[in-house]
Amino acid sequence: MKRVKTLTGNKTYAECTSSTVGNQTCENNK
Amino acid sequence: MVHQYKNNGYNIVMDICSGAIHVVDDVVYDVISLFEENSLDAIRQQLAYDEKEIDEAYQEVLELKEQGLLFTDDIYEDYIKEVKERKTVVKALCLHIAHDCNLACRYCFAEEGEYKGDRALMSAEVGRAALDFLVENSGNRHNLEVDFFGGEPTMNFGVVKEVVEYGRTLEKKYDKHFRFTFTTNGILLNDEMMEFANQEMDNVVLSVDGRKEVNDYMRPTRNGKSSYDIIMPKFIRFAESRGQQKYYVRGTFTRKNLDFSNDVIHLADLGFEQISMEPVVGLPEEPYAIREEDLPQIFEEYDRLAREIIKRKKEGRGFNFFHFMIDLTGGPCVAKRLSGCGSGTEYLAVTPWGDLYPCHQFVGEEKFLMGNVFDGIKRPDIADEFRQCNVYTKKKCRECFARFYCSGGCAANSYKFHGVIDDAYDLSCEMERKRVECAIMIQAALAQEGE
Repeated sequence: MKRVKTLTGNKTYAECTSSTVGNQTCENNK
Repeated sequence: MVHQYKNNGYNIVMDICSGAIHVVDDVVYDVISLFEENSLDAIRQQLAYDEKEIDEAYQEVLELKEQGLLFTDDIYEDYIKEVKERKTVVKALCLHIAHDCNLACRYCFAEEGEYKGDRALMSAEVGRAALDFLVENSGNRHNLEVDFFGGEPTMNFGVVKEVVEYGRTLEKKYDKHFRFTFTTNGILLNDEMMEFANQEMDNVVLSVDGRKEVNDYMRPTRNGKSSYDIIMPKFIRFAESRGQQKYYVRGTFTRKNLDFSNDVIHLADLGFEQISMEPVVGLPEEPYAIREEDLPQIFEEYDRLAREIIKRKKEGRGFNFFHFMIDLTGGPCVAKRLSGCGSGTEYLAVTPWGDLYPCHQFVGEEKFLMGNVFDGIKRPDIADEFRQCNVYTKKKCRECFARFYCSGGCAANSYKFHGVIDDAYDLSCEMERKRVECAIMIQAALAQEGE
């Protein structure tokens, strides 16, 4: 695609406690 | 659901329910805004671009949709209900090691550390019982988190050391690993404490609000003197001794310093590489409380800070700003994203005398007293109430583009402003949405730099 850059690549949503839970990374991913 | 915005010259498109994020040109940006309600012919008529450009952009949008990266449906409401019905274990405790403090911060939710009660220090006996309670209630969970909190934990540091030592004896016996953390205002911090923390603490939070005049206005000592001059040399040394890792200098900004980006930059200029600066949560009658009319300036400050972070990262002298940290290709699973912080179920606070509350901000609210570390949970109904909270049970969150990043906000703030735990504090929501937009823009800029 020449008009679109996807920052997330092909990653989509489809054992971790945390005003942003997105800062925490699940232990399975470490 | 799709959210589109422009920031710092970037056209950003978020596909909320897949998590996909795209940086697009002007034509695609405008086509996406018309795509769902219009045919290709209608889009051609409404946009002033060359027809060939519109057709090309339209094809790319179609392709993204077919790949499941744009205009995806929310398929998680039933899933999260099922996740939330699972049995939970306690993963983390916040130990109120001291209900006493040597500062008199104007905005302190703990009211000078005393939490609406009397001054008190946790005994080693209560601390040990808290760890026993955690081990007993943590099921097969291996990693357990224990945060030493206050008040000011260094006012009872002997007990901190005893509790850590006791925790280490439990690890082998029960196949557990404790991750200890602590928060300090720095007044009593000394070399011995730093050395102990560097050996035993996975993270430390160093409380300071930024520039000297800002910090000293909001965080005076009990006798009204400056705290900045006492703490700052120690904090600089502490951060260096930890290799600029596994710590945060953490400040609070208020209506008195709406130019808070200057405070963050001040901390960065002092050499700190891990920085957090949070908006105060205060009732409207408080003179320092943030008001709706302050939001435009706050948004400008976040934009300015985002641009400064990009500039410094490109110059090789970047720093991490906690609220702009975002992992676009990993990060937590969707179950975690939608279920929140775990307060009341996976995370509990323990008072100096061993009472259990859903989190540190509920301590002193007697209707949320859940039990104690000696006898266990006596009010499972409170845990059940917290377990039911997720972004789909909160009307404001269901339609919010930031819901997969924010996870529904803070139950304590909801209770403070609305008297219920399943609402949301609106000003906080506005700021969170802005921070998510800035965080993604930073990633877009850095990705462009890497090309």
